[in-house]
Amino acid sequence: MNAALKPKLAVKNLNFYYGNYHALKNINLQVGEGKVTAFIGPSGCGKSTLLRTFNRMYELYPKLRAEGEILLNGNNILEKGVDLNMLRAKVGMVFQKPTPFPMSIYDNIAFGVKLYESLSKSEMDDRVEWALSKAALWTEAKDKLRQSGLGLSGGQQQRLCIARAIAVKPEVLLLDEPTSALDPISTAHIEELVHELKQDYTIAIVTHNMQQAARVSDYTAYMYLGELVEVGETDNIFTAPKKKATEDYITGKFG
Amino acid sequence: MNVKMQPEYKPDTTGATLAPVVVPASPETRMNSTDQRLHRQVLQDRIFRGVTRFFAFFVLALLAGIILSLLVGAWPAIKEFGLGFIVNTEWNPVTGKFGGWNSIRGTLLSSFIALLIGVPVSLGIAVFLTELSPVWLRRPLGIAIELLAGVPSIIYGMWGLFVFAPWFADNVQPWLTESTANIPVLGTVFAGPPMGIGMLTAGLILSVMIIPFVSSVMRDVFEVVPAMLKESAYGLGSTTWEVVWNVVLPYTRNGVIGGVMLGLGRALGETMAITFVIGNAQQPISSLFDPSTSISATLANEFTEATTVLHTSSLIYLGLLLFVITFIVLMMSKVLLLRMQRAEGKQS
Repeated sequence: MNAALKPKLAVKNLNFYYGNYHALKNINLQVGEGKVTAFIGPSGCGKSTLLRTFNRMYELYPKLRAEGEILLNGNNILEKGVDLNMLRAKVGMVFQKPTPFPMSIYDNIAFGVKLYESLSKSEMDDRVEWALSKAALWTEAKDKLRQSGLGLSGGQQQRLCIARAIAVKPEVLLLDEPTSALDPISTAHIEELVHELKQDYTIAIVTHNMQQAARVSDYTAYMYLGELVEVGETDNIFTAPKKKATEDYITGKFG
Repeated sequence: MNVKMQPEYKPDTTGATLAPVVVPASPETRMNSTDQRLHRQVLQDRIFRGVTRFFAFFVLALLAGIILSLLVGAWPAIKEFGLGFIVNTEWNPVTGKFGGWNSIRGTLLSSFIALLIGVPVSLGIAVFLTELSPVWLRRPLGIAIELLAGVPSIIYGMWGLFVFAPWFADNVQPWLTESTANIPVLGTVFAGPPMGIGMLTAGLILSVMIIPFVSSVMRDVFEVVPAMLKESAYGLGSTTWEVVWNVVLPYTRNGVIGGVMLGLGRALGETMAITFVIGNAQQPISSLFDPSTSISATLANEFTEATTVLHTSSLIYLGLLLFVITFIVLMMSKVLLLRMQRAEGKQS
């Protein structure tokens, strides 16, 4: 990896278990600040699981546990006593399918902000406009802020979810297959957005789509059966992978 | 299609005849059998439609019949007392003066108390069962609640009268009276002798009775909230309370209101348990400790004793009013839902 890379997240000897099932095996990697890191691999390889350790989303479910260290700005987020709500404020997440809350577009954005900040009406208006503009949704949504978020198209809903995630000003943005439920045009919108957003955020994206990983990411990690096979600069991974397994996967021989 | 293949062509070795052998399914006969089948299907479909329509309209006819027979039965009382019956508090079989307000007030007030206590408790139970409870506890707790729903109401009534009311009179009522004595409104509400039975006890028993229904409906609708939607809210750093209040409840609103209405419906019509604990007194009340009565309790108590036409028809009039109250409550819930939908902005 690039020596000048400043790690935002550093994963050290991470093991993850679903009950007795060993889902992540001794993962070591770094997610560089201000970079886009893509996680690719066949279904069930643990890439989403890894992503969900970064904000400890797995804690919602019983019998799931992570061992090892994940350092966010040098602090281990897996330690007991970490404030999960504050962690999730710093590490935002967008899911496979758009999940607008059953409320107006404005309230969808304001929802997360209200959890941490008490803003005046005009400050909140500004924040909503800022987040929607960042997510390239402002021009389409500005006239219907009071309408339900459920009335938007799928691609717009997903951008709304991205806007909602960045409205709380996180440091890291986790995208878990954000375009898997979207049509090609909406997908292109989201990919452009990822390019824009990496100016301000560290982004980790899980994707099934290798072309997408090649298009949007600076670094790519290939995972297989719970192990991290190879991680490196995206250009190198896709043109000159060091391992045979990676090459087989990206050339379509398998997976 | 199950059309028979034509037999293979066999050279006619005898040369005796060129007449075609009988082919099982010539184009014409095939057409006919398809026609027949189609015809039969259309007929079947028509019968099916007719039968289901009959059942559907049968419900309407039944409803109309009940309303009509209530109206007919109540007619002498309606003619005698008019709509004033609703607000009139005098109920005296001896003088033949009947007014329904004591009963109506009892039904409304006891149901209101039941909802006031039952709905928040049910919400808590449902949230605990779906969001907070350890997995091994979910099933036993869920089953216990469903069992509670199956307890016959007379058991609740007996338990209320023999167990709950004495305990309530000894331990809770004096304390309530003392601690609210100096508070302007609550002081009056909780005044009076601690008898155990009365309006408050009826409301409390009712709340226990509706909790299983309301909470299991709420649990069922909470369980259908997509995990990803909840995770999205948790992912923004919400606490469980914030997720439930801001995301789960709005998402399941229709189901939750449906559950509350189910509970309210049960509370309004509940007879046996109420009859045991409400006190069955046709009198004005100033405090929730006072014995009172409800529509269903009055009906249960007096129907066998009603000897005059006016008395019987007054009781039926009360039944009709209970019907109307239930109907109004249902309507109000529909209007409430519509309003909320409009406020959310689904309309445009």
